[in-house]
Amino acid sequence: MQEKYTLQMKDINKEYYGNKVLKGVSLSVKPGEIHALLGENGAGKSTLMNILFGMPVIHSTGGFSGEVFLCGEKTHIKSPKEAMELGIGMVHQEFMLVPGFTITENIKLNREITKDNFISRAFKNDSLKTLDIKEMKKDTRKALDTLGMDIDEWARVAGLPVGHMQFIEIAREIDKKGIKLLVFDEPTAVLTESEADNLISAMKNLAASGISILFITHRLDEVMQAADNVTILRDGELVATRKKEETSVSELAELMVGRKVEIIPTSNEKDYRISTDNIILSIRNLKVNMPGEEVNGIDLDVRKGEILGIGGLAGQGKIGIANGIMGLYETSGDIVLKGEKLELNNTKQSLKKGLAFVSEDRRGVGLLLDSSIEHNIAVTTMQIKDKFLKKMTVFNQMDNKAIRQHALKMIEELDIRCTGPSQLTRRLSGGNQQKVCVARALTLEPDVLLVSEPTRGIDIGAKKLVLDLLVKLNREKGMTIIMTSSELAELRSICDRIAIVSEGKVEGILKPTDSDRDFGLMMAGQYHKMRCKEAK
Amino acid sequence: MDEMNNISVQEYKDKGKNLKRFFIEHSATMLFLVMCIIASYFSGYPVSSIVREIVTRLSRNAFLVLSLIIPVLAGMGLNFGIVIGAMAGQIAIVAVTHFGIYGIKGFLLCIVLSTPLAIIFGILIGRLLNKTKGQEMIASLIAGFFTMGLYQFLFLFMIGTVIPMKNKVLMLSGGVGIRNTIDLGRNDKGIKYALDNLWKMPLWKLMIIASIISTIVIITIYFWNKRKGKDVNTRKLIFNLGISFLVLLGGIIVLNGGKRFVRIQVPMVTGMVIAGLCIFNVLIVKTKLGQDFRTVGQDMHIAKVSGINVDKIRIIAVTISILLAAWGQIIFLQNIGTLSTYGSHVQIATFSIAAILIGGASVSRATIGQALLGVVLFHTLFYVSPKAGNNLFGAAQIGEYFRAFVAYGVIGISLGLHAWRKAVGKK
Repeated sequence: MQEKYTLQMKDINKEYYGNKVLKGVSLSVKPGEIHALLGENGAGKSTLMNILFGMPVIHSTGGFSGEVFLCGEKTHIKSPKEAMELGIGMVHQEFMLVPGFTITENIKLNREITKDNFISRAFKNDSLKTLDIKEMKKDTRKALDTLGMDIDEWARVAGLPVGHMQFIEIAREIDKKGIKLLVFDEPTAVLTESEADNLISAMKNLAASGISILFITHRLDEVMQAADNVTILRDGELVATRKKEETSVSELAELMVGRKVEIIPTSNEKDYRISTDNIILSIRNLKVNMPGEEVNGIDLDVRKGEILGIGGLAGQGKIGIANGIMGLYETSGDIVLKGEKLELNNTKQSLKKGLAFVSEDRRGVGLLLDSSIEHNIAVTTMQIKDKFLKKMTVFNQMDNKAIRQHALKMIEELDIRCTGPSQLTRRLSGGNQQKVCVARALTLEPDVLLVSEPTRGIDIGAKKLVLDLLVKLNREKGMTIIMTSSELAELRSICDRIAIVSEGKVEGILKPTDSDRDFGLMMAGQYHKMRCKEAK
Repeated sequence: MDEMNNISVQEYKDKGKNLKRFFIEHSATMLFLVMCIIASYFSGYPVSSIVREIVTRLSRNAFLVLSLIIPVLAGMGLNFGIVIGAMAGQIAIVAVTHFGIYGIKGFLLCIVLSTPLAIIFGILIGRLLNKTKGQEMIASLIAGFFTMGLYQFLFLFMIGTVIPMKNKVLMLSGGVGIRNTIDLGRNDKGIKYALDNLWKMPLWKLMIIASIISTIVIITIYFWNKRKGKDVNTRKLIFNLGISFLVLLGGIIVLNGGKRFVRIQVPMVTGMVIAGLCIFNVLIVKTKLGQDFRTVGQDMHIAKVSGINVDKIRIIAVTISILLAAWGQIIFLQNIGTLSTYGSHVQIATFSIAAILIGGASVSRATIGQALLGVVLFHTLFYVSPKAGNNLFGAAQIGEYFRAFVAYGVIGISLGLHAWRKAVGKK
């Protein structure tokens, strides 16, 4: 009996605490089909997958509405284990492999084949059974052969190339009995080009054997290479479903990014604000070793008085830039600030030279959560500029009066909603915490303010306030601002120029008014490829 | 030509690197090996007495040290909680001594009585350690101190008041509390040497017999495999045969080394029990449970995601360790012959951990070989260092100081070296 669809998800709705993240999304995958799921970060791809796998996070936040059919039967998956039993497998983006184990042990993780020994027979206890290494190796060999890997099944995983690890993950999934649907979560994000090609051909082989594949990615050319059908999500909505034959890379890019953007029409007054030849910060060949956000050689010039946006998809390195400039992660390259070379890997120097940083990790790095607002605002300045201190030779004391005065001023200026300057920052809402971070950065009186993900995790109203604040600082105080954000719309609404980072390099610099298509292509790292093709 | 040169340089470098890595990985063991040799030399003890002492101390301590391996396997670090197991063992010994059962019967009863106690303690400690993931070592250390308080409360206050017990020999003259030291060998009516004296064999005999048996076994396995058409490793065969030949040679040397050497006796049953524990440790790794231990030890998160009940596995690991420690303490005390009611258990964890660390184990890796080697090195040093200190510096106190210094210093140095090795390894 041949069912028409392996998986059908119909009209899925999901909200987290009143925030709608999926609005009526539908998805159908046929047996043997490779179906690509495309979308920016935060478009709802992972939520959809969490629903498919019955992750606890879905059920603990009130479940979802809509229907899921598996092989034509309506199912309600309550736990990842159940999903596994139903024949849905997931190839994780971050590998779920134990490095110290052999390939066989990893593939058979917690599914070890065992045989009885006299003790397990005596106690009737399954966990005392001996592992049947021989059988395990045999199964592993079979799974590896299916993928066309001629690697020793008893080799240790640690030290293998990343591409192999990905294949081991897949081998584990296909080793599971009765697998019907495999989900690949951005499988090529960590692979080199040739590895990615291997992977795609392996996927095609699998699909040919009748397994359906759901392929989550944002690399557009891979979609064109591998997928039969494409579903595009944006802001939790189903934008379009396309057959591969009927679409093109540029259409996909447009569909992925396209959104109405309000652009503040300030192009005329901006001109005097920014002088093109007054470069305040010049970055050459910057490399930052930040795990998950590596930067591999960036050249960037920041003009005095502008708001420069840094955008791009998660994991491409945009976050690493600001962290590298501030010396928080191991960095190499050249940074010239106001004509002077900046000492790298030295946070104190960076702060002293007139840089200030509002970290993306607000609660971790950004704030002393159990200290008061005023203390948070003053602490960096005390360290760096010896302000707010009563000089008593060795035992300098905090100048509480001056700190209080300054804090009150800041609270008023930035409109921090709190019970008073002595309130603990842990108690503040996300938006107000962010403002405290900004206040601290401002207290340093920096020439260049680096802001990373200023609106992450704060509600929409507060978002606007924080963005307005940045614009105000720029316009009124002439402060140069480098803002890193995953939300393209946000960058396009306040920045003068936007640098898009892809694979640790600047893919290009755009004006906020440039087309959706260009933004989409650049984020996917396809801009130059496309341009080259067009030129030909 | 250039290329060839490059390759040979590369090879040379690799060799140097391998050698360097070997020394870095075994730095603790090497350091203590050197110290042992130097201290043995300066102590002036005859070799025969050092060998005798090693045999005694190996049979006395090996079981306790081996009890540390499973928690390391399960990623819980070195289990300072074995103190608690030791206390369970001692409670059983006090009870059995009070009942007046002696000899091997008394010993076995101690084992039986300590088992449920140790299992209960193990489960409780396991639960505690599940709440303090990442800080298992410090948590188990402090839990041990805390339990010592409870233990003292039991034996100093509860006995004779809440727990009715009358025994003039065991109890303090006031009728409440247990005496400071309990003689387990009193008039041969205790469990002293209950296990050791069951069967003793001279060391030379044992070595010669062992080498003959192992030679036969090795050759049989080799030809068995060959006939079955399996891969056979001739190098390994020669290596194994070489080792058994060395053992034979050692036996002959011991036999001809004079009276003192010939008189060295090995407690066979204790040895077999220890060997049994080694085999248990090997076998359990090969079971599903052992695989779960290893998975949890390697990566708790992945273990959880793949459906292993991490907390349960960790509790089982700690419980096994504490149970083994209880039995180990009983073996330890039947060899010592006196129970210091409030002191025998105190140093158990520290010394056992020092020993296994010297053997080359680390917080994340421990093997049977390391445990046994560690016991040999640690106790050699422990035995010879006071005398060596005395001979070198002319003061007995310095020797005493040296002894205490060794135990704690070892742990500090080993943990420091472990951290350093990790840092070097990263680069």
